Amino acid sequence: MLNFIGALPGAVSQGLIWGIMAIGVYITYKILDIADLTVDGSFCTGGAVFVVLFGSGANIWLALLAALAAGMLAGLITGLLHTACGIPAILAGILTQLGLWSVNLAIMGMKANVAINVTNQSNLEKLMVSLRFVQDVAAGRRPFYRHPILVVGVFSLAIIAVLYWFFGTELGSALRATGANPNMARAQGIDTNVGKVLGLMISNGLVALSGALLSQYQSFADSSMGKGAIVIGLAAVIIGQVVFGKLFHNFALKLTAVSLGAVIYYAVIQAVVSLSDINTNYLKLISAVIVAVFLAIPYWKGRYFSKAAKKGGAVHA
Amino acid sequence: MLELKEIWKTFNAGTVNEKQALRGVSLTLNDGDFCTVIGGNGAGKSTMLNAVAGTWAVDSGSISIGGTDVTHLPEHKRAAYIGRVFQDPMMGTAPSMQIIENLALAARRGQRRGLRWSITKAEKSQYQKMLQNLDLGLEDRLSSKVGLLSGGQRQALTLLMASLKKPKLLLLDEHTAALDPKTAAKVLELSDRIVAESHLTTMMVTHNMKDAIQHGNRLIMMYDGKIVIDVSGEEKKKLTVPQLLELFSKVSGSDEADDKLLLS
Repeated sequence: MLNFIGALPGAVSQGLIWGIMAIGVYITYKILDIADLTVDGSFCTGGAVFVVLFGSGANIWLALLAALAAGMLAGLITGLLHTACGIPAILAGILTQLGLWSVNLAIMGMKANVAINVTNQSNLEKLMVSLRFVQDVAAGRRPFYRHPILVVGVFSLAIIAVLYWFFGTELGSALRATGANPNMARAQGIDTNVGKVLGLMISNGLVALSGALLSQYQSFADSSMGKGAIVIGLAAVIIGQVVFGKLFHNFALKLTAVSLGAVIYYAVIQAVVSLSDINTNYLKLISAVIVAVFLAIPYWKGRYFSKAAKKGGAVHA
Repeated sequence: MLELKEIWKTFNAGTVNEKQALRGVSLTLNDGDFCTVIGGNGAGKSTMLNAVAGTWAVDSGSISIGGTDVTHLPEHKRAAYIGRVFQDPMMGTAPSMQIIENLALAARRGQRRGLRWSITKAEKSQYQKMLQNLDLGLEDRLSSKVGLLSGGQRQALTLLMASLKKPKLLLLDEHTAALDPKTAAKVLELSDRIVAESHLTTMMVTHNMKDAIQHGNRLIMMYDGKIVIDVSGEEKKKLTVPQLLELFSKVSGSDEADDKLLLS
């Protein structure tokens, strides 16, 4: 139990970082109604770009911006495969993801992982978030405002604010209409292809940014760090919806719920790891099962419970 | 206002399902014409409307709206000239968005959409007034999701959206077919009102011969991918359903068409 409590700040920090990726997944899955599998690749792209640039002495904000841009480029490719080449969205995402595997390795100089040298104190000081800061703040060696929970929390809120603004603009509304009803969107003069590409770019940009933050946090990028990212993203979206859906109706709050969903997901995973002696290899299986069940519940509800209600109604009539 | 020249369209060409949906359709609508379109299933009514709206490209022929050749323009670009209401009440609105958001989207049809806020303050009161005129009790529900509205309310809203930014051409594709008779009558009446108020050039597909005769100043009947009857003015006013049926069997050269038309 103590083990779990001790690990909780780290789990929450990681959850918040993955929450940014989950917000990206929310944009494609919920707003555009596309299941975009590019994210498994673009997450690592963001991490790789960041670590390599930072390692070569680039400014941290520049490196983060470059990660964002790289992710947007990945989204652009999926978008063009889907709209300009007529490939179904799921397949387009898988193709980009597969291609990115090689690209990511190439970015990292054909190595499976690249580390940031954090034993070098001046390097460490430049970072925005790091696993070490969690311990440092706990030990009183660093001020509380350097705690990753606070830093990533504020960062997430800033991203949510920008997205809230964007989806409230004419362009953002057009994007929402594209996902809600493409027929209506076209009839109102909206180019749905542009909407889809733009949405995929924003989404993957956020995913890559999240990957960059994670590699910064754990001080390395790994070619397999994005594996199953889409499932974690979906899990966060669904958990957020289940836990906060009745409370949060405003768009900004819905995005916050997604972020909190990722935190809950990581806290639960951490609990499973700390409180049982399960082999961590099974975590992906557990994640997959949890997401499958949560995705199935609404369908089962509609299929079995509404029928029962109708039967009941007929008896009374 | 609308000019169709020799429009041909074949679906599934070269397969067993090949269907020549439009076979040389030519039609000219004058400014302010309200033209009703009738015909049996598969006669090409909706196909003609979709050809005009740009749902897909036609095989040959040309389409121009208000003097502009739109034959090669994609659907979303043609939308600058066209207002549409579909048969399916689900199709014309975004269900997960608010009533006011739907209206604001429609108000920007044909404009560049930038990073300005999507709804201005002035719009809000303007929409409220418009909805009040519809008399559907929607004026106080501006921020309700459209998904909560009934089919009739949605069609009325779609109609408002289609005419909000005065289109050069209004396309009504059996927009009352999915509604109960009372609601259908109300939506039809509303259509008449909006068309008259804004002096819109309109094409309305319907299955109901009586409606086709009662509404508009012109009537065309399609059969087998062609326009076979075209009446307007006084001649149309005096038209009756039996006359129309007789006219149709003469043109199509078949009696059984009567039943086909009536039943469809």
